[in-house]
Amino acid sequence: MTATTTNPAPVVPDFGDDDGDRKICFVCSKGNLDMAYPALIMANGALGEGIETHIFFTFWGLDMINKKTMGDLKFTPLGNAAMHMPPGMGKLSEKHMPQGLAGLPGMTWLATKLLKKQIADVDVPEVPEFLQMLADMGATLWACQMSVDMMDLEKDDLFDEVEDIINVGEFMELSDGAQVIFV
Amino acid sequence: MSTATIAGRTVTVNDEGFMTEYDEWNEEVGNELASMIGIDEMTDDHWAAIRFLRSDFAEQGETATLRRVTKVGGVPTKQLFVLFPKKPAKKMAYIAGLPKPKGCV
Repeated sequence: MTATTTNPAPVVPDFGDDDGDRKICFVCSKGNLDMAYPALIMANGALGEGIETHIFFTFWGLDMINKKTMGDLKFTPLGNAAMHMPPGMGKLSEKHMPQGLAGLPGMTWLATKLLKKQIADVDVPEVPEFLQMLADMGATLWACQMSVDMMDLEKDDLFDEVEDIINVGEFMELSDGAQVIFV
Repeated sequence: MSTATIAGRTVTVNDEGFMTEYDEWNEEVGNELASMIGIDEMTDDHWAAIRFLRSDFAEQGETATLRRVTKVGGVPTKQLFVLFPKKPAKKMAYIAGLPKPKGCV
């Protein structure tokens, strides 16, 4: 039996409304489907806690905000020693996938399809919808100037919610005092 | 567990102050909880979100995440941050007399 005490005044949770100085910056440098999600999920958590959140997309991470590629990121088992056989194959699912199999034609297509299904099954949105949600929650999205130049892109090629294309100096300024997480 | 008197009712709360018994809540309690965390006026828009959270909990057995309130409950994410500033998911759960949401997204 649990002891019950009666409080003279109700306990009010501390929602931290007064500590407004925490800031977090994610650097997204990968364009693979599996590497797109860590920053998005953590950014979602940060925004839900009322933390000022910025996401800077550089190198292959630019694929996450390139209108042509953002909805079509791929996952490959090639070179991924932690790759398991797909779920639903009984004991076999516990085994790692032989790397020889990973290189077969169509394997990236199949692995992408399976991973997308697993992500949808836990009710996590696809990358474009996720980025829109983060922007609605107040995240600021930035594209890396050098990567944009290298890949011959322009602002119009990028997801509409991208705030601006900035250089590394500007990123250093905006991340002043922030926690920075590199993915 | 302990109890507290909110809007004239004795309710069970956890260490953080979140109510733990679904049936001990009513809208007067919700109003009082809202005012305790600085939301002085509960508008129809506030209630739309809170009522969705209550009915969804009754069906699903867990507190809806922000995405679910938007996707299933139909309240835009931006609006939730205006109605319940900074930490809408936790604040809505608190006002609705529900546990904090467990889901990550």
